[in-house]
Amino acid sequence: MFYREAGQFKTSYKADQALMPILQDRVGLLVILAVAFVVIPVFANDFFLTSIMIPFLVFSLAAIGLNVLTGFCGQLSLGTGAFMGVGAYAAYKLTSIFPDANVILMVLLSGVFSAAIGAVFGLPSLRIKGLYLAVTTLAAQFFLEWCFIRIPWLYNYNASGAIEIPHREAFGVVVSGAEATPIVRYFIVLGITALIAYLMANVLRGRIGRSWMMIRDMDIAAELMGIRPLQTKLMAFAVSSYICGVAGAMMVFFWLNAAEPSSYSISLSFQILFMVILGGLGSLSGAFMGAAFIWILPVFLKFIPGTIGINVAAETVEHITFMVVGALIIFFLIVEPHGFARLWQIAKQKLRVWPFPY
Amino acid sequence: MLYDIFIDPFVQMYDMPDFFLQVLWEGFVAGILYALIALGFVLIFKASGVFNFAQGIMVVFAGLTLVGLNENGVPAYLALALTIAAMGILAYGVERVVMRPLVNQPDIILLMATIGLTYFLIGFGEFVFGGEPKQMITEELGLPTGSTAFEFGERGLVILQHIDIAAAVIAVLMVAALGIFFNKTRIGRALRAVADDHQAALSVGISLNQIWAIVWFAAGLVALATGIMWGARSDVSFALEIVAFKALPVLILGGFTSIPGAIVGGLIIGFGEKIGELYWGGLVGGGIESWLAYIIALIFLLFRPQGLFGERIIERV
Repeated sequence: MFYREAGQFKTSYKADQALMPILQDRVGLLVILAVAFVVIPVFANDFFLTSIMIPFLVFSLAAIGLNVLTGFCGQLSLGTGAFMGVGAYAAYKLTSIFPDANVILMVLLSGVFSAAIGAVFGLPSLRIKGLYLAVTTLAAQFFLEWCFIRIPWLYNYNASGAIEIPHREAFGVVVSGAEATPIVRYFIVLGITALIAYLMANVLRGRIGRSWMMIRDMDIAAELMGIRPLQTKLMAFAVSSYICGVAGAMMVFFWLNAAEPSSYSISLSFQILFMVILGGLGSLSGAFMGAAFIWILPVFLKFIPGTIGINVAAETVEHITFMVVGALIIFFLIVEPHGFARLWQIAKQKLRVWPFPY
Repeated sequence: MLYDIFIDPFVQMYDMPDFFLQVLWEGFVAGILYALIALGFVLIFKASGVFNFAQGIMVVFAGLTLVGLNENGVPAYLALALTIAAMGILAYGVERVVMRPLVNQPDIILLMATIGLTYFLIGFGEFVFGGEPKQMITEELGLPTGSTAFEFGERGLVILQHIDIAAAVIAVLMVAALGIFFNKTRIGRALRAVADDHQAALSVGISLNQIWAIVWFAAGLVALATGIMWGARSDVSFALEIVAFKALPVLILGGFTSIPGAIVGGLIIGFGEKIGELYWGGLVGGGIESWLAYIIALIFLLFRPQGLFGERIIERV
């Protein structure tokens, strides 16, 4: 009753093939955008912006990136963390080489480097499939991590071995470095994430996205129908790594301010993979839901003992967080292996037929 | 430069054969330990098709339980028995809570479930036993410590740690025991039947649930042995978990379903990375041990996608 397409007539092919053909979807998206662009900046405090919203958006973008590869093209990757790292280090080098350039542009450009490296490590995917491929992406993860440590040029020979984000201005406001205000960072991260999500929504329902899905569903059949597997898979690797690279660059430029090689370790890869799986493979909205769940749940767990007045050591809380997250992942996999996106579809169907379930 | 890459390492090997032998021995021991972890993976993959990511953390968990119990005043051999019991409970719990509800799900979901299990075990282990590294109770368990030095040539010296020799012996015994178990006992045959075909095994009256619990228990025992051996070489700590990732290239080399493959793959990786690190690592700044294994496996896969001993992958449309 609340979510019904009946009565919404389309009078042109264009309207029929729109991104969101149903009125309720469009309204819902507008409401979400209004909340993100207006309500949250007006009412949220700095803590909420820096430790919840910005990381959430960054991880959502990374999850979209991995989803392109794993969810839509069916190539399991455990190297996401390293590809994010490539983006971060590339953006850092770019801003050091071109100090006057716009940082936002540099962040968007840095993805090109991670896309190139992602495509190189995607080459084995033509011969290797499934779990075997996952192990070869581990090669990318550990090799790139080693590069971040052993090639001092990447971090400008900084004694600490970490990259520290310089003070930069764009459009007359400070956008990076320690002085940048959370609200500015939030708007930049939100803008980039929304833009890329919109672009991907269109790419994925077009020719390219469909050829990825054909490869995912049955690569031999796709090949027989005229899809070139090498180009298609490499493009998936490149696009996915581009998005992950941008996310990684945003992570250090607009959230952490400084990053060590260990920031982009294998545990980051797993975290992103969790987001994708729990959110739902092959679903853009799922990437957002998964990121929200995986990022915000530990934050909540950290504050629950304090608010109800029990004093627990910080370490113990961390251990319990690990346990709870692990247990919840198993729980959700058992309850709904297709992720939150499927739960949302079921909810929509219920809304559609309510109050008469038949 | 070319000289450094192609000639100098071999000259060094020839000049100092004692050092080369030492490196080979190190590689052999590391390879045995990788092979032991890979063995745990193979056991579970054969019987249930689950790629068990948690094997590495099971090694740590087993080692921690053993040491933690001993620290709290339980005698060493009793602690060992209790740890075996704990691995049994873990196996039963995993089968009941994780595996049974997830039957017939795609590979990636099962993989994620074992990663979830990894997180749970990390949290649980740290919660119960604390996160700091612990000393393995080598002597209390009656394992040899000490070392023997062999004269080699005129001036050379090769040092063998007794614990490493013990590790090699135990690994060989364990593989032999598993081989006998798989080939000669009733349960072993049932295991192989399940590995071949789940549905056919069910139809001749083999209980999948029981088999899975047994397999996880066997993997737990392998993990315990690995934990003791590895803990004796370094400390028992969660850092081992990263090292356990090395078992993945080993698996790839050997093939996911082959026990001899796990051993041979482990040895190739062990030798390869030690020799690579000590003779070629210096050229690029060292530390290549962390990724060399994966690159070896990657190159290997390009030529033989199913691994050394793996079954040929046949795809049909």
